Amino acid sequence: MIEGILIGLSTALSLTNILMVMVGCFAGTIIGMLPGLGPMTAIALMIPITYGFDPSTGLILMAGVYYGAVFGGSTSSILLNAPGIPGTVATAFDGYPMAQQGKAGKALAIAAYSSFAGGTISAIFLLVAAPSLSKVSLAFRSPDYFALMILGLTAISAFSSKGQFLKAMMMVVLGLMLATVGQDSLSDITRFTFNNMNLTDGISFVLIVMATFAMSEALTIIFRGKDPNRAAKQISLTELGSIKVNKEETIKMAKTIPRSSILGFLIGVLPGAGATIASFLAYGMERNYVNEEEKQKFGKGSVHGLSAPETANNAACSGSFVPLLTLGIPGSGTTAVMLGALLGFGIQPGPRLYQTNPEIFWSVIMSMYIGMVVLLILNLPLIPYIARILAVPRNYLIPLILFFSVTGIYLMSFNNFDIFLMIGIAVVATFLRLYDFPMPPLILAFVLGGLMEETLRRSLLISDGSPNFLWDRPITLIILLITITIVGWQIFSTFRKKN
Amino acid sequence: MRISPTKFISLLFLVLSVFYLYTAYNIQVFAFDENAPFNARTFPIYLGWAGIILSSLKIILPEKLTTEVNHKHLDYKSIIYLILISLIYAAVILKIGYFISTSLFLFASYYFLGERRWGLMFILSFPFVAAFMYLLHGLLNIYLRDPFLKYIGVMG
Repeated sequence: MIEGILIGLSTALSLTNILMVMVGCFAGTIIGMLPGLGPMTAIALMIPITYGFDPSTGLILMAGVYYGAVFGGSTSSILLNAPGIPGTVATAFDGYPMAQQGKAGKALAIAAYSSFAGGTISAIFLLVAAPSLSKVSLAFRSPDYFALMILGLTAISAFSSKGQFLKAMMMVVLGLMLATVGQDSLSDITRFTFNNMNLTDGISFVLIVMATFAMSEALTIIFRGKDPNRAAKQISLTELGSIKVNKEETIKMAKTIPRSSILGFLIGVLPGAGATIASFLAYGMERNYVNEEEKQKFGKGSVHGLSAPETANNAACSGSFVPLLTLGIPGSGTTAVMLGALLGFGIQPGPRLYQTNPEIFWSVIMSMYIGMVVLLILNLPLIPYIARILAVPRNYLIPLILFFSVTGIYLMSFNNFDIFLMIGIAVVATFLRLYDFPMPPLILAFVLGGLMEETLRRSLLISDGSPNFLWDRPITLIILLITITIVGWQIFSTFRKKN
Repeated sequence: MRISPTKFISLLFLVLSVFYLYTAYNIQVFAFDENAPFNARTFPIYLGWAGIILSSLKIILPEKLTTEVNHKHLDYKSIIYLILISLIYAAVILKIGYFISTSLFLFASYYFLGERRWGLMFILSFPFVAAFMYLLHGLLNIYLRDPFLKYIGVMG
């Protein structure tokens, strides 16, 4: 492991890669700060820029963007009560009241220190857990992988659907349907192309991500422009206050950070769960841990209430890389985008990545930590200046997002059919979002579609067409039982709400 | 009887799934693969059925969490303009080249979204696209096809 860490450090600490982490953190912070734009959009917008890079550098840039976007989301939560991403909604509960009391600078500093500490602790967990899990996951066979993908898709539907499980499952099926367009990987038979040559190679992953996130986010912002609940708020940038944290506040943070880190990391590892659930659970857990006097301060600017979700959401970000790097199966929408980018570089994540491309495996892990340091020492002092980005009018912001989306697709194919297709998918996605049909399950399903068909093919061929493969192996059976439990719980909670 | 938008979308999804399933059954597979345990049709057929079952359940089951959208708060005019500009942009990008089409797209989008500061609109369109092209083509060495700039000799 020491050797791996050194390989990772030597790659991550090259001049180019340090520059990429800094650029990534900075760009991610700016994009994540803009309400409505989250890490998925930020990473998607970076994909065209990484075309000319080597895989390690490209991934390091994206990891930086990921952390930057999460931190940026916290900034808009604290300053505007307008979370940039769902994972920072809980941050606003105590961060915004603190900002209203004239302590915005302090709230941002607490958020940054908590994120850093949560990220540091979870990066250590990742260092220990990832190689061990890689070895364990070598025992996985096709039926286990198939069951695991079913579990991941069910879990993300359960967690991201705001109680509308069926809608999320429909999005999963739609994502899988889109993934079947083009040539069948084994027989080369074309499917669902309707004799259109442009569809023979299938629909590009970048196109789907750009359409369902970047472009449809931009269209949604314009579409809901007249909604008074979504009207842009203004912040006085001269009233941020000091960023110094006193001794009493430091002690409070020191108590909160370890427990929130552990909780956040464990939740991040679970397929489907992510920063959002981790931050809410950490907030709830912290409220139960503190004494009665502190409990009364929750929702009114509590240090515990701000530190807990910030620590947990960053810890969950690191945790979500565990299934991606060790099993090759992303557990969240954001890591699904990262998987798409990895596949674009010709790298198949999974248990063998640790052996075949150790420099990528370790440099991504190490660059995450470097990203944390960069966020703390570079972004925190610059916050008063970076926060000015919140004043950028949407009249400029939206066309620029559309411009980056179209450029990303144009650079890939030099073909206007793909641009038309992207606009069409973006329009459909905008209407689906309007009625709370979640997009992360669609993305995850689209990314996993090919692999899922492949593992199902192998499983069925080995079992000669019999469904026995679903219960022949204990691992498969256990994973499927967990999936059934999640579905059962969704049905139960639906009936409970009804009654 | 008023059908809720969610149920209407589910109905459309049901139609899509039926069409998808019909197309899946009509995928031409090799003769020797016809009775294999798994062929190019198998996975799409499962998906078609899954889509039909899920959308039917959504249509049949009562809605407990309804998503209310106030159409008075939706800016249809701006979004239609923006989509139209994007479609025109996609249609002309190959003919008139990346630089001009992108610059005009940005300029027109700023205008239709209500911006009237002409100087800023110009800077954030033509020079901005030129700088972006230089970053991609000149510094990152990413090929950017532009027949117009090639014709006038700006790009190699």
